Amino acid sequence: MNAPAAVLAVEGVEVRFGGLVALSDLSFAVREGEVASLIGPNGAGKTTAFNVITGFLRPAKGRVRYRENFLTGLPPNQVAEQGVVRTFQKTSVFGGIPVFENVLIGLHRRGRARPWEILLALPLVRREEKRLREEAMGILSFVGLAHRREELGAALPYGEQRLLEVAVAMAAGPSLLLLDEPVSGMNPSETAGFMKIVEKIRGRGITILLVEHDMRMVMGVSDRVVVLNQGRIIAEGSPAEIQRDPEVIRAYLGQGAKRAAC
Amino acid sequence: MSRWPALAWVMFLASIPLWVRNQYYLHVLINTGIFAIAAMSLNLLLGYTGQLSLGHVAFFGVGAYTSALISLGFDLQLAPSYILVFEPRPVWVGFLSGIAVAGMFGWVIGKLSFRVRGAYFVIVTVSFAEVVKLVALNWVDLTEGPMALNNIPPVTLALPGLGELTFWKKEPNYYLVLVVCLLSYAVIRRLVRSRAGRAFVALRENEPLAESVGVDVTRFLVLAAVISAAIAGAAGGLYAHYIKIVDPDIFLFIYTVVMVIMVVTGGKGTLLGPVVGAVIFGILPEVLREVARPEVQWIIYGFIMVLIVFFLPDGIVPAAASWWKARTATAGPSGDAREGA
Repeated sequence: MNAPAAVLAVEGVEVRFGGLVALSDLSFAVREGEVASLIGPNGAGKTTAFNVITGFLRPAKGRVRYRENFLTGLPPNQVAEQGVVRTFQKTSVFGGIPVFENVLIGLHRRGRARPWEILLALPLVRREEKRLREEAMGILSFVGLAHRREELGAALPYGEQRLLEVAVAMAAGPSLLLLDEPVSGMNPSETAGFMKIVEKIRGRGITILLVEHDMRMVMGVSDRVVVLNQGRIIAEGSPAEIQRDPEVIRAYLGQGAKRAAC
Repeated sequence: MSRWPALAWVMFLASIPLWVRNQYYLHVLINTGIFAIAAMSLNLLLGYTGQLSLGHVAFFGVGAYTSALISLGFDLQLAPSYILVFEPRPVWVGFLSGIAVAGMFGWVIGKLSFRVRGAYFVIVTVSFAEVVKLVALNWVDLTEGPMALNNIPPVTLALPGLGELTFWKKEPNYYLVLVVCLLSYAVIRRLVRSRAGRAFVALRENEPLAESVGVDVTRFLVLAAVISAAIAGAAGGLYAHYIKIVDPDIFLFIYTVVMVIMVVTGGKGTLLGPVVGAVIFGILPEVLREVARPEVQWIIYGFIMVLIVFFLPDGIVPAAASWWKARTATAGPSGDAREGA
């Protein structure tokens, strides 16, 4: 392994749903500071891999290591404590409350106020609240949603909901951000805007693992691409290498390129 | 609510015993206040964490029984040759113990429902209330069962310079309920406008997303259950020392239903909703009593409820808030000008 060390290591993970093998002996690594993409046809096991990494699913075999710690067996909220935060394939925001409050919930980890301190309304609670509100505004400006702060999460148009998801995840202060099909359903100009945000996130030193079907996005932002098919890794390399790999073309890109053309 | 209107409301509520002389009206208001506290506590779970506690009356009853027993004293035969004698303690000790014991039950329920949500949470809480009711009915040594706990002492307060003040009359009880009401409101308000309250709402709105950003959802559900139960226990304690008799009927399911109705019609997940609901459904039956026979009363009562739920599905307070917002938005400039002049 060259240059930066692997921060996330998925080692021999196997997941079964009844008789179906969703992931078999999956191993791959993500290196510090890179944008890695996990691609593959529908049902290849990408979202399952995300669920395993972030504690939503427990693998039958194998383990996941992030920096010095093993994530396998931790509940999702403790995985987030380690700095590993995800977004969801199906748009997932706090729909019934304003955008600003969405981000404040995302900032949960950044607050320390304990219940009894809150009940006594100690000055430190008020100071912390002020700091969190400022941070929330900063994050909303970062993704370009500051003008929407008063609106309900569910009232945003689809593309903006996807931005809000990223804002909520960013608020949790990740050092590794997992994005599950963030631009699906976005139009090309929204996608282009989103790619800029991904670059900005990476500029903050946050490692990114991306699952995406939009090949322009994947090839445009990734340092490295891992190709998954039927629960197994079939190729790994730079975007250019992946585009030339015959097995990948057979399994995935051939069809993808045709789809993209029409 | 901003500071001045809130203060005006408190002044108004505090002035009521000065011009309402009718003891029966005061009695209705005290009952309404006790129900308002219970409804506020239910709202913390139902409105903020989104979990329906359909056994909420159990916390109320546990608070009432604990407070009554500690201020009355009791003997318990623990072994054939050993009888535990518990001497009566001052009422305030009982009242605080009632809050603490109810809070502990809330903790147990929160822990039991570790991964239980929605319908299953409802089942856990309903079963809990039934179990507590059966205990109250059958553990005759402790609770007197259906014979009820009688002669519960009223609240006494030692005032420096004035000696002991015993709350026999309606007026002091009214003020006591009002103070506990305001305290409960303040506690809930602080809580829901904090990091903890946001964690409650996160559980209500989207649990997986909340977990993914590091909210320990279960821990905050337990916190909400404890505080909610403790406040319900406080309401129960007030009830016990005001009515002065507690029997297992205090655990009747209908009381939980009334609390749910108050929260839902007033506006769940709003601070004032349960209070508005309690005022409407605490006073309405008494108003109707004077103009309609009981059967007709219940029909009217039900009809109003259906109308509110049908036309204001979010409840009265959110509907009023959005109406006010729309009104000030359209009449905005002129309204501002008037205020300026």
